[in-house]
Amino acid sequence: MSAAMSPEMTSSSSPSAVVPARRPGGLSWQRVLLLLVLLGFAAFFLTPLYVMVSTSFKTMDEVRNGTLLSIPMSPSFEAWSKAWSSACTGTDCGGLKPFFMNSVYMVVPAVLISTALGALNGYVLTKWRFRGSEVMFAFLLFGVFMPMQVVLLPMSQVLGKLGIASSVWGLILVHVLAGMPSTTLFFRNYYAGLPDELVKAATLDGASFWQIFWRIVVPLSTPILVVTLIWQFTSIWNDFLYGVVFSGADSKPITVGLNNLANTTSTVKEYNVDMAAALIAALPTLVVYVVAGKYFVRGLTAGAVKG
Amino acid sequence: MGALTISQVRKSYGAADILKGIDLSIDAGEFLILVGPSGCGKSTLLAMIAGLEHPTSGAIHIGDRDVTYLPSKDRDIAMVFQSYALYPNMNVAQNIAFGLEMRKVPKAQRDETVQRVSKMLQISHLLDRKPGQLSGGQRQRVAMGRALARDPKLFLFDEPLSNLDAKLRIEMRAEIKLLHQRTRTTTVYVTHDQVEAMTLGDRIAVMRDGVVQQFGTPEEIYTRPANRFVAEFIGSPTMNFVTAERLSEGLRAQGVTLPVNAEQQASINAAISGNGGCLYGLRPEHIRLADDGVPGQLVMIEPTGPETYLLVDTPLGQMTSRVAGNPHLHVGDTVRLQWAAESAHLFDAGNEKRLA
Repeated sequence: MSAAMSPEMTSSSSPSAVVPARRPGGLSWQRVLLLLVLLGFAAFFLTPLYVMVSTSFKTMDEVRNGTLLSIPMSPSFEAWSKAWSSACTGTDCGGLKPFFMNSVYMVVPAVLISTALGALNGYVLTKWRFRGSEVMFAFLLFGVFMPMQVVLLPMSQVLGKLGIASSVWGLILVHVLAGMPSTTLFFRNYYAGLPDELVKAATLDGASFWQIFWRIVVPLSTPILVVTLIWQFTSIWNDFLYGVVFSGADSKPITVGLNNLANTTSTVKEYNVDMAAALIAALPTLVVYVVAGKYFVRGLTAGAVKG
Repeated sequence: MGALTISQVRKSYGAADILKGIDLSIDAGEFLILVGPSGCGKSTLLAMIAGLEHPTSGAIHIGDRDVTYLPSKDRDIAMVFQSYALYPNMNVAQNIAFGLEMRKVPKAQRDETVQRVSKMLQISHLLDRKPGQLSGGQRQRVAMGRALARDPKLFLFDEPLSNLDAKLRIEMRAEIKLLHQRTRTTTVYVTHDQVEAMTLGDRIAVMRDGVVQQFGTPEEIYTRPANRFVAEFIGSPTMNFVTAERLSEGLRAQGVTLPVNAEQQASINAAISGNGGCLYGLRPEHIRLADDGVPGQLVMIEPTGPETYLLVDTPLGQMTSRVAGNPHLHVGDTVRLQWAAESAHLFDAGNEKRLA
């Protein structure tokens, strides 16, 4: 970013200087230096990913004989298929597949419900204010900043009383509750930028609370919906703490599965399988970022400016 | 009972009294203007007629129906908002039809209404566009179309022209007037612009600080302003005021005798006892240049084309005169100002109410 900015800044800061303006795009030694430094940083941050990807495509022989940074000589998917379907996690040897599916079953409803509730909360807190709604929002904000560990014990009691402890439903409930403060915050701030007159006009047109929500507010929410969906998907998919505390034997999410897989001691440490497993666990969030990342950045800044 | 009757409407937010007992009534087909400076309560009053707010006390009737606490949608009204409030996610046709759709009007009839209304407002070619693709004037038309589609008993306008540039504002003002002449729908129109008030209204309510200062026809408001505030607010350039002292016969200020006629003299005698002062008001167009009269020196000349505003330093203070054409004078020239006694507006200097 700063590399791209610098020529404009130097030329605009001295418009009347005697020195002729430099041709845009021309390379000065400062720019070359800057680019080199940036490339260096990029390489530094990308190296671990490279190691993971390359190792996951190596065989164990290659891992043992080659160096960390060497390129796989005969790439194979062996480690990936083992990590997916036959690696041992504890005494079970069914790979990450069941954990991955657990995560999917948990993430989809949890993301949808927490996003829907956030949208509804944001709509009420901005367009249908009532006595005490600001106080309520302040309390909800506590939830954004509250450390997760605080709720572990009371939450397990609640889940037990509800009879959904150690089930995927319990996990969904926990994630919905934990996510609602931030989804509400997102939607509230976005909807605060929607003109109140829209709601008034619709009220005069005879639309009800739900009709206004579905016909006018939701269709205008695309940017913030994308942001919230990505945000919630990433944080719930990546969650380990709730997953390890509240899940039962058959509802453990992928993060717990990955942990168990990496910690299962066998005679040899299969780095290639571990790397493949970690990549499998990270893949969905990576895909989401690559596919929808630009909407994410756009959406985060879209609240204030109306299109 | 009129088409719209507002009786003793009050509104307070905590300790702040926004409206202090409003009484207004208009007949079917009339165009009522609520005008006043910002914060005078005109928009709050409109919101109450619309049902978006409720009065603390008092009653609002549309026709014979008490609508004071009725939900907006049951009031048979339509409103044009300052920001137009078009639904950005719907195209023009959907915007116009939305109110009908919510009222479960059949599709065929909705389409027919959209066609009729869009033809009336000359927006038929825009029906498939989204509001974001329209210009200010087009959005304004769509907003009016949305209101028209419902064929309401009462039209409400909340400063609908204030987001337009000067030229477009005059065009749309004329269109609103023509539209009202055609549809004859009872209308309440809020503005802070006195020209809009004068040109559009059948009846004007001039408001200040939650009180109606004067309620009357544009002519009444202009020719017989009820107090100094109304006299100053309506008319541009604003009325000249001279603080005068009362003599046994006539008025005097700074040693200059101000002309009054017999009728005015009688009103002064009846209203002011002893040494009470008097405000002597003159509209700029009533002050003319003459061979004799109050002497003064030209301070500023503002030619507008058809007429010229002259700012003159006189013993009475600075006075503005509005003369036809361009008198071809120069700053610093000495002129003499004259006016007829009956063109003067007299106000009590104490309570600023009209005397004559």
